[in-house]
Amino acid sequence: MANSQMTPGIVAGRLPATAYSDNFDDLHPPYDGHEAHVAADRCYFCYDAPCVTACPTSIDIPLFIRQIATDMPEAAAKTIFEQNILGGMCARVCPTETLCEEACVREAAEGKPVEIGRLQRHATDTLMARGIHPFERGAPTGKRVAVVGAGPAGLSCAHRLAMKGHDVVLFDARPKAGGLNEFGIASYKTPGGFAQAEVDWLLKIGGITVELGAALGQGLSLDELTGQYDAVFLGIGLAGVNALRAEGEEKENVRDAVDFISELRQASDLSTLPIGRNVVVIGGGMTAVDAAVQAKLLGAENVTMAYRRGRDRMSASEFEQDLAAQKGVRIIHHAQPVAVHGNGAVREVEFEYTTDGPNGLEPTGETFRIPADQVFKAIGQRLEGAPEGITLEGSKIAVTGAGRTILAKVWAGGDCAAGGDDLTVTAVAEGRDAAEDIHTVLMGG
Amino acid sequence: MADLSTDFAGIKSPNPFWLASAPPTDKEYNVRRAFDAGWGGVVWKTLGLDPHVVNVNGPRYGAIWGADRRLLGLNNIELITDRPLETNLREIKQVKRDYPDRAMIVSLMVPCEEWAWKQILPLVEETGADGIELNFGCPHGMSERGMGSAVGQVPEYIEMVTRWCKQNTRMPVIVKLTPNITDIRKPARAARAGGADAVSLINTINSITSVNLDAMAPEPMIDGKGTHGGYCGPAVKPIALNMVAEIARDLETQGMPISGIGGVTTWRDAAEFLALGAGSVQVCTAAMTYGFKIVEEMASGLSEWMDQQGYRSIDEVSGRAVPNVTDWQYLNLNYVTKARIDQDLCIKCGRCYAACEDTSHQAIAMNPGRTFEVIDEECVACNLCVNVCPVEDCITMERLEAGAKDERTGRIVSPEYANWTAHPNNPAAKAAE
Repeated sequence: MANSQMTPGIVAGRLPATAYSDNFDDLHPPYDGHEAHVAADRCYFCYDAPCVTACPTSIDIPLFIRQIATDMPEAAAKTIFEQNILGGMCARVCPTETLCEEACVREAAEGKPVEIGRLQRHATDTLMARGIHPFERGAPTGKRVAVVGAGPAGLSCAHRLAMKGHDVVLFDARPKAGGLNEFGIASYKTPGGFAQAEVDWLLKIGGITVELGAALGQGLSLDELTGQYDAVFLGIGLAGVNALRAEGEEKENVRDAVDFISELRQASDLSTLPIGRNVVVIGGGMTAVDAAVQAKLLGAENVTMAYRRGRDRMSASEFEQDLAAQKGVRIIHHAQPVAVHGNGAVREVEFEYTTDGPNGLEPTGETFRIPADQVFKAIGQRLEGAPEGITLEGSKIAVTGAGRTILAKVWAGGDCAAGGDDLTVTAVAEGRDAAEDIHTVLMGG
Repeated sequence: MADLSTDFAGIKSPNPFWLASAPPTDKEYNVRRAFDAGWGGVVWKTLGLDPHVVNVNGPRYGAIWGADRRLLGLNNIELITDRPLETNLREIKQVKRDYPDRAMIVSLMVPCEEWAWKQILPLVEETGADGIELNFGCPHGMSERGMGSAVGQVPEYIEMVTRWCKQNTRMPVIVKLTPNITDIRKPARAARAGGADAVSLINTINSITSVNLDAMAPEPMIDGKGTHGGYCGPAVKPIALNMVAEIARDLETQGMPISGIGGVTTWRDAAEFLALGAGSVQVCTAAMTYGFKIVEEMASGLSEWMDQQGYRSIDEVSGRAVPNVTDWQYLNLNYVTKARIDQDLCIKCGRCYAACEDTSHQAIAMNPGRTFEVIDEECVACNLCVNVCPVEDCITMERLEAGAKDERTGRIVSPEYANWTAHPNNPAAKAAE
């Protein structure tokens, strides 16, 4: 194919065939055994360690690192999985630089934390590579729980419930389980089909039946579920994408970033995936970075990420921002889209500069245009299709305690529930805690 | 610039760094490389009588590692030279001829019978070697045959063999001591009584470095079996330092030249041995780990330090710390310190707290915000927090001035020196009254 980065329009195969596997390879390659030892040795085994406090799933990090240091990565993995059954994925996708590694005392001491994420991956990969599932189901309780959404929250909840001996039916609208792990995270963070392998491994606990292609409003209703099951957990994520509210945003080739990422994740051959020569990503979060970086890695010549506020307000971590810059993404701050121009398909995006005024963000009146063959919207997702009878807090499902909703038999967790960061690890914690609460309620009578 | 040249019991060398009798000094090729690299002297690997010994054909070394596989301790089951006596003697002679300014000491181990020593000594003398070192130390293999540490553990034998040697050679006699005894002063005194010109110590410590848990056998493992071997390297340095100091300050042996051995890896290690009374140091494990080039760091570092401190010669350093090595009973009990934590340096790991709370005196408070503070009422100044703190100088021991109140005891700190010998709790002190 003769296409290059310079080829106008939206075309596939901008790069040499071999470039794709290199570009989308592991962002952080796994440690070999000795590297893990050296990295583990840097841990001070802190008392009441700050990294544990910073971890939404409260993994006993000093303990698992010490287990690695003493040649027992399998024991380390068990320590991790006891708190976080998706510890393998979290090791890959957690923004550790704003969680455990930010809290690491060696970050304070020398600006170089213990590489907790990579160590966690070393441990979890070791155990998973051996095909070992370290937990067993408890005695059957005869209770049945429906878990709606097979993303991080639902998987975590289902696993913990299964461990407790409950029978779980895990529903998901998509053709594969995994949720954002499978469809929504940059490819280079979890290459090699890890998301599905992790789901398969997790399901080894037994007692979980997966029903795909089923969602609330698509064959399921909350009323029926609460009638048929002893409890229901909603981990339905945020299916809707916020609109730009810019003139012309309906034009062709203006898409949701999450759709682009999902398509990319499911593509069997990335060289066949079309990408624009000029790509504009609007937004300042992780999704925006994932889309922008991957557009660049697919061979787009110019990728611009525009965010309406300043750098300090971006929800993408500093590491993510640096990654984008390193891959050649241009980040423009304080610019909001005002119009999408083009005859049918997008040709340019017009932005207006903003400034932080006393009453919030104010437009400055100065505008500029950026050529765009493709525009990816990544300005946030929202809950879509909240079931009737559920109370919302803001735009999300209101919960109290460990994910209890207003409805007696219904719990919720993950991105769809109010409170907590929209992170994989937070969803895992919420799913797990809801499962414990469901178990208490079901067994306590 | 400091003068590193050394006159050790009449043996001259351009610097105090000698290679110990061990694999690095087993043959001409190695020793020439060592001298070219800058070593001041070598103690040639121990010679015995023919027929020469044989070594095992499986692993000879076992190891202990620290972080990043840094070698901390090495154990060996290698015997004395396994080459013909004649070969060694010829090579020694050639090397000494080509490097006349370097110290060439020959280590010897023959049976505990006078004829054996009478037989080998003239042969060594003929090589032009500067001195001999009697190997009374090896704790493995040869000791089973009544040599090595089997001799070094019996002071009477040491004295006897030393005397034979003094009577049968003009060369200075260095007696190499084994640490596998209860009181190092006894064999040192025996060496002096036998007329030894000097002692060298320590030889290796009897040890099993590790157990192979799959094979259920000690390492290094030979066909499923292991045996105890001699332990050396950085891990043994504290043991060696104490033994050197014990000999340096013992009234019966003080003034006798000591060649310090045991984990010398850097210039600082060497300086510490010198300060405790050594006149030269011998190195093996560090050379075996990093190669002969390390002597450059040792020599330049020692020279730099001596310049900084104003020491002009090795003699000025040697033994300088010996007067400050004392018995516990003479330590000043009125010297009162308290731990102090520098909050600016503290990285809030909490190791001091865990150590003190779990294993010591509950003298560190963990305050909100992970602020750690010393509780003077409880602090006995044990120094554990200082030792476990990962940040150098973050926790220090600060002396309470005379007249200040020790919050733990409620007593005012006295300016007087007072030790256990006169303490009221000492029954012996009372009995003396």
